[in-house]
Amino acid sequence: MGVSYRSLRVWQRNRDVVLKLWFAELAPPVLGPIMVITALGLGLGVFVELDGEQDYIEFLTPGLLALFPMLWAMLDCGWGAYGRMNMQGIYDAVVATPLNVEDVIAGEIFWGATRGAFQALHILIAALLFTPAYGLIDSPLVILVLPFSLLYGMLFGAMAMSYTSVAPSMSSYNFLWAFVINPMFWFGGAFYPTDRLPPWAETLAQFVPLTHVVEINRGLVEGELQWSHLGNLAVIVALTAAFFSLALWSMRRRLVK
Amino acid sequence: MTEIVRARGLVKRFDGLLAVDGIDFSIREGECFGLLGPNGAGKTSTIRMITCVSPVTAGQLRVNGMDVTTDRRRIKATLGVVPQDENLDPDLSVAQNLAVYARYFDIPAAVARARSDEILELFQLTEKRDETVDNLSGGMKRRLIVARALINEPKILVLDEPTTGLDPQARHLVWRKLRKLREQGITTLLTTHYMEEAAHLCDRLVVMHLGHILAEGSPQDLIERHVGGQVLELRIESDGDHADALAALRDRADLRLEDVDEAVYAYSTDQNWDPVMRDVASFGKAARLRESTLEDVFLQLTGRGLDE
Repeated sequence: MGVSYRSLRVWQRNRDVVLKLWFAELAPPVLGPIMVITALGLGLGVFVELDGEQDYIEFLTPGLLALFPMLWAMLDCGWGAYGRMNMQGIYDAVVATPLNVEDVIAGEIFWGATRGAFQALHILIAALLFTPAYGLIDSPLVILVLPFSLLYGMLFGAMAMSYTSVAPSMSSYNFLWAFVINPMFWFGGAFYPTDRLPPWAETLAQFVPLTHVVEINRGLVEGELQWSHLGNLAVIVALTAAFFSLALWSMRRRLVK
Repeated sequence: MTEIVRARGLVKRFDGLLAVDGIDFSIREGECFGLLGPNGAGKTSTIRMITCVSPVTAGQLRVNGMDVTTDRRRIKATLGVVPQDENLDPDLSVAQNLAVYARYFDIPAAVARARSDEILELFQLTEKRDETVDNLSGGMKRRLIVARALINEPKILVLDEPTTGLDPQARHLVWRKLRKLREQGITTLLTTHYMEEAAHLCDRLVVMHLGHILAEGSPQDLIERHVGGQVLELRIESDGDHADALAALRDRADLRLEDVDEAVYAYSTDQNWDPVMRDVASFGKAARLRESTLEDVFLQLTGRGLDE
């Protein structure tokens, strides 16, 4: 059995919960980007010298547009999904209705992607607020980051969901944090150009999915798209398809006994 | 009467464990049917196959005239499921829980609202409609779970141990509501290990043990067939009494004795108890003839030992 339009029902369920708790859910994605841009861009940025004319705060923006949506998608399809599955019994309740496991998992990943895109929107708004003074955004192409963030939100959501499908306990998410999220956070090219790393680490960075997202975001923010970005996009699409299928297959194995 | 659930040679096996071992049973439209058995009997596995959340290993299972291996979504649309473990949406309100659940069945919002008003009224939850589920008592949560299962106007209501963990007041309230639903013609399937509950609610039931069906019939039927209308219970104080009790009763071929640590039970399906009572008169009040219950049938069939 495959995914149907009914996965939308799971997405709607998650939306309703967030809307009910809107105040608590809204504070971090709205305030976070403003603080990060101020602290890293304006505070730390004055000590950072890049090749060329670019200020650090400008360099940072495409990275932030990738990093924080990744975090939100992963939090939701990781820790959040585990809580809904194992502590709240939501999945059991839903599969007793006409929805099947694939609908549930697809809906969850779409929701993770939505949270990612929602975070991207707030970073973009914050970046636009800083743009008159610091020139963060150079091109109207930046608007394409929003639909793109749905795609990479799906990628990171599906990665986390794949982990959830085998996670034995809540504490085991420390592994997801240590071996997946943290390396992507620090080595995905968000905070510095990866060519400044020693050669072995630079090679490694190419295998970090976030690197490809940051590359494309950089093109969109600076308005300088290149053919090589198609390669980045191909990698992201392929990884998304792979992890999405893996999450569905592995979750069916876990839940249908 | 038409058969609304029909199982033939139904088998469930997982990880090398044979949970359901080739059972046959039918549930008739409009009746309340019970699956009784100790923990590990295969009740929940059977329920999970009927509700299409667990695949059938072998055998045939039809629900509402459809096959559970091919028509899962359509079957699930006609069922109301009350799970053993509470799985309401804790962050949402009572009314939102029903609205969200109705959406899984593609019920239009306006219809869902009208129905949930009605159902909340029936389950005496109208005043709690805007309360967050986390703040409800155990009994209220249970009622809400049953209420939720009715939102799609199911043809079959499936309840897996619906009153486990409830206090007597809450349990009786749930029973009253379930009887009312049965009067409205809804087919009910329930598992329980409360014999009183089964006797109270079920028109027919099967007793399961280790994946098999041991007996089938109405509660009264099962009592008469397996333990007779009355049971003689001898409370034993000492080892000497124990031997005396057995000696007094052993020679009666028409009695079936059961020897437990602190008691001897004597069953008979067609007994004139007067002569037996004279034989055990020396035990005084420790010998007691009482009405038999479904619990006697259950213990007789499934044994008194713990399987866990």
